[in-house]
Amino acid sequence: MSDLYKLHGLNNSQVGRYGRQLITPGVGVAGQEALLAAKVLVVGAGGLGCPIAMYLAGAGVGTIGIVDYDTVEVGNLHRQIGHNELKEGHAKAVSLATACQQLNSSISVIPHTVTFTSDTALDLIARYDIVVDASDNVATRYLINDASVLANKILVSGSALKWDGQVTVYHYNNGPCYRCLFPVPPPAETVTRCSDGGVLGPIVGVIGSLQALEVIKIITNNSDGVLSGRLMLYDGLAGTFKTVKIRSRQPGCVVCGDNPTLTELIDYPQFCSSPYSDKSSKVDDRIEDELIMTCKQYKSILDTNKKHILLDVRPKNQFEICSLPNSTNIPIDELSRESSIKTIEELAINENEILPIYIVCRRGNKSQDAATILGNKLNSTEKSTNSFIIKHIRDGLTGWNEEIDPTFPLY
Amino acid sequence: MIVNIELSGGLEILFSNKKNHQFELSGDSIPLKQLVYWMRDNHVKERPELFVENGTVRPGILVLINDTDWELEGGIDAIIEDGDTVSFISTLHGG
Repeated sequence: MSDLYKLHGLNNSQVGRYGRQLITPGVGVAGQEALLAAKVLVVGAGGLGCPIAMYLAGAGVGTIGIVDYDTVEVGNLHRQIGHNELKEGHAKAVSLATACQQLNSSISVIPHTVTFTSDTALDLIARYDIVVDASDNVATRYLINDASVLANKILVSGSALKWDGQVTVYHYNNGPCYRCLFPVPPPAETVTRCSDGGVLGPIVGVIGSLQALEVIKIITNNSDGVLSGRLMLYDGLAGTFKTVKIRSRQPGCVVCGDNPTLTELIDYPQFCSSPYSDKSSKVDDRIEDELIMTCKQYKSILDTNKKHILLDVRPKNQFEICSLPNSTNIPIDELSRESSIKTIEELAINENEILPIYIVCRRGNKSQDAATILGNKLNSTEKSTNSFIIKHIRDGLTGWNEEIDPTFPLY
Repeated sequence: MIVNIELSGGLEILFSNKKNHQFELSGDSIPLKQLVYWMRDNHVKERPELFVENGTVRPGILVLINDTDWELEGGIDAIIEDGDTVSFISTLHGG
C-alpha cells in the first residue's frame, strides 16, 4: 500500500529512521538514497575513527569499512568512545564495527583487521567510493593519500593533537592532494605523536564529527561547501575555528600532477623515516656506549648509596605524574639555558668531588639527546675539561617499570 | 612597520609558548625570507632547526599570508607589508 504514497525507494522504516535528516534542506530523498548507496572506508578506529564511523552509521551510509590492526586498551577510552571496557584486548576494527551495527543494523559494516600498508591499501580502497583518513602517523597519511589518488577516490582528512585539530578534503573536484601541500615529509624529530604530546577526547570528537559531515556533504552532492582547497583549523583551547585558503592542485605534484612520476605505492615508513604507528617501541642506542647506563645498573647505584645526580628531562606535567625519588626535573627544552646549566653544575659540584649525572626520561629517547646537549655544555667550558660523568638511562622510566619495579606508574 | 604573526599546531612552543605576536620592524616592507630569518635569530630560543631548514621554513609547516597559502603569494620570496598577518601552521598527524 505504501507505494501509493511515495515515488522513491525508501521504505517506511527508513523514512522513520532518517526523518530528521530527510527533512534537512540539502539532503532530502535523493540525498538519503545516495547515502544508502555509498561505500566509505575509514582508516583508523581510534579517536577520529570512532565518531566518524558512528555518525556515518547513524546517517545510513550503506557500506562502511573500518581498517585497524590494533586492539583496544583502557588507555584509549577517554577519547575512543566507540569502544568500551568489555572490548579490552579485542580488535578495534571489530569493536567499532559492532558499535556501529548496534546503532544501525540495517547497513553493512565491514571490519578489516589488517595493517594498512603498501601491500593492502589499494585492494581495500578499491571496494569503496570515499576514503577517510583517521590515522595517527605520518607514514600512513602519505600512504592513504597516494593510494586514494592512484585509485581516484576522494579523501577526507582530519588530524588532532593536544587541543588542536585540522580538517580538509583532498583530491576532490581538481583540488589539491596531501602531497600538493606537503611534497616533503617533515623531519621525523619534528613530529609529535598523540602518545607523546597528549590529546583530548572532545578534540578528536570535534574533528571526527567534522570529517563525517564532509563525507555526508560529498555524498549528498553539497559540493560548494566541501572543504577542498581550504583547511579548517580548530584551536579548542582558544575556542576558535578558522578556515584558510590553500593552494589548488599542483601541476608538478608527483602523484596527482599533470605528469605524475609516482605511479605505484612506495615504502612509506622509509620515505617518512617513521613507522606505521604512533606507538612507542624500544628506543635504539644513538650515543656512545660510555654514555649509556641500564636500569639495572642504576638500581645498583641506588642500592649501594653511591652519590649522584638524577636529572629527569621530561616535560613538567609528566614529571608531576610520577618520578624516581630525589630526581631533579629540567625539561629537555630548557636544558641548554644558562640558568639550567648553572643549576646542574651547582648540584653536581659537591665540595671536592664532581658527582656523576644520570639522565632519565619516559623511554630513554630524549635522555640520549639530553646527554649530548649536557656533555657539550658542561665539558666545553675551560674550567672543566671532560670532568663531568654523564650517562643516560636506557629505556627510561618505562624500563624501570618493566625491569625493576612494576608498581612504577605507566602513562 | 608592524607584522602580525600567528603560530599554531605546536609551533608556538618555539616562540615563548605564545600563539600571537606583533613585531615592529624598520622599513615599509620586508621579504618573507628575511622575516623568517629575523624571527629565527631573535625569537626562537631553542632548537631553531624545528623552524628553518635548508634556507626556508621546514617541511610540514604551512605558511599563510593574510589567511592565504603562501604558495599563491610567491612562497618564501613573497613581500610582507605593514599590517600583514603571517601564519605558520605545523601540520598535525595524530588521531
